Amino acid sequence: MKQVVHRPASLTDKVFHFCPGCHHGIVHRLVAEALDHFGVRERTIGVASVGCSVFLYDYFAVDVIEAPHGRAPAVATGTKRVLDDRIVFTYQGDGDLAAIGTAEIIHAANRGENITVIFVNNSIYGMTGGQMAPTTLLGQRSTTSPYGRDRLRDGYPIKMAEMLAALEGPSLVARVAVDRPANVRKARRVIRRAFEMQVEGKGFSFVEVLSACPTNWGLSPREANKRVADEMIPYFPLGVMKEKDVVDVL
Amino acid sequence: MPGTKKLFLKGNEAIALAAINAGCRYYFGYPITPQNDIPEYMARHLPEVGGEFLQAESEIASINMLLGAAATGARVMTSSSGPGISLMQEGFSYFAGNELPALVVNMSRQGPGLGGISATQGDYNQAVKGGGHGDYHLIVLAPHTGQELYDLTIKGFELADKYRCLTMILGDAVLGQIKEPIDPWKPADSGCDPTRDWLITGAAGREPRLIKSLYLADGEMEDHNWHLQEKYARMAAEDVLVETRDTEDARLLLVAFGTMARVAKTAIAAAREKGLKVGLVRPISLFPFPVEAIRAASAVAGKILVGEMNTGQMVDDVRLAAVPGVPVEFYGRPGGAVSTPEEILQRIETAYSAVS
Repeated sequence: MKQVVHRPASLTDKVFHFCPGCHHGIVHRLVAEALDHFGVRERTIGVASVGCSVFLYDYFAVDVIEAPHGRAPAVATGTKRVLDDRIVFTYQGDGDLAAIGTAEIIHAANRGENITVIFVNNSIYGMTGGQMAPTTLLGQRSTTSPYGRDRLRDGYPIKMAEMLAALEGPSLVARVAVDRPANVRKARRVIRRAFEMQVEGKGFSFVEVLSACPTNWGLSPREANKRVADEMIPYFPLGVMKEKDVVDVL
Repeated sequence: MPGTKKLFLKGNEAIALAAINAGCRYYFGYPITPQNDIPEYMARHLPEVGGEFLQAESEIASINMLLGAAATGARVMTSSSGPGISLMQEGFSYFAGNELPALVVNMSRQGPGLGGISATQGDYNQAVKGGGHGDYHLIVLAPHTGQELYDLTIKGFELADKYRCLTMILGDAVLGQIKEPIDPWKPADSGCDPTRDWLITGAAGREPRLIKSLYLADGEMEDHNWHLQEKYARMAAEDVLVETRDTEDARLLLVAFGTMARVAKTAIAAAREKGLKVGLVRPISLFPFPVEAIRAASAVAGKILVGEMNTGQMVDDVRLAAVPGVPVEFYGRPGGAVSTPEEILQRIETAYSAVS
């Protein structure tokens, strides 16, 4: 029998620790497939951030450095500036990238650092147990917004892809989802394109991935996927916000 | 190794030139007075040697860029002062936990808060006691002349590589701004051994590597901390740097570092001319601290006067190091003032009259 689906070489065979229905496993696989596609596993350096995804070093068969909370784009900048022929990516959650790490992501993007940023937006803090994130939707309950996010008290959920697309520096800015097979296929193409940008030296690429956190949302995996489609995608529209082919960086 | 001719440089420039001559090719930093000559020198001269200068969006970003660059094994540095050094403390803690080598210069400015930009030693405790979260130390070197700024910058890189740790050069506005003749010698070894088994370079033909400071499994964190403590003990055994002067016959021992030690040397010379037997112990490495030198000298002198440009920080470490029972007096002025040789001489005379 011919094997048509296999584990990407860029993933180890360690079993994911993620909760049932969590999308990190899918996103890990899509990133690993892109690294395999370009044959760059052996010259790739991953920068892990703080949150559930910090353990990516157990799952990716690449060199990894762990960054302080929010600082992955700065760490990646330092690594890439020294080793400019390596493929450097960060993998960050919404608390990490859109709250504590806002300055670092904006300036890395604005410099057009030739790195790839995978931003997993599940609208909540996962690892610390379900606190309100900068991307938590209005009315969404969390352990620190127990009565629902209130725009007057907490402000609005932040749209990072749109913000970064407004900058001159980035070469690719997109938002995808992995809630259903059709969206996974689109996400695969966009993530591959993001790494292609870096391989070709075209500068900063950023892919926001809308993602489910069934455990902290208090939903089943199936209900969580439905919430991504019904509540997240209408507020965080999918698509390529910015793409340029001009090499004007580094 | 003597250089061909001396250069007339500001202290900050001496540090920057020393770093380049030590093989540092990457600098990440953010402007803050009184250390701006360092990033400016690096911005101008690093490209000439194939290096790269990058101005970060904050000191938080610069210390983390340094972290990512240090993980590749390159010689890298940053510099800052006061509030900027405070912002870097999280990064310092990660450097300790991740065991990465780099150099950071603290041309300290007065605090608390925005403070002032002239000389102080108010950051002693922050520098030598860790500063960030966790049970860790930096190597802290405290030069007191332009040439020593140059020499200790090179030494600082070497020690950082030896121990896989962060070395801090702790100076101040006087040291950073004063212009002195510098012998710009070059070390034989630029230190960057590409075969080190921890470098993050991409897993080509080998198992993937990981640099991290997260330890959640039972016992792992304690093991890692004991490992770090063994390193600090080895620093104390092998790499204490100290100058002792006129301690053999001293009745009074002065302990001071950096700019204060420089002023104190003038005061001690004047005291000796008056026939007062005063010696000096000048800690050069503030961590590891010269415990043995102070213990030995205190046993001879029988009385200690500690001088600092703060309200008493290193004095605590001197009290712990001195032979029990030896009285330790303190003289200092807080941020905003540099003591004169006359003021120190007066304190020496007062302290000396009590022992005579």
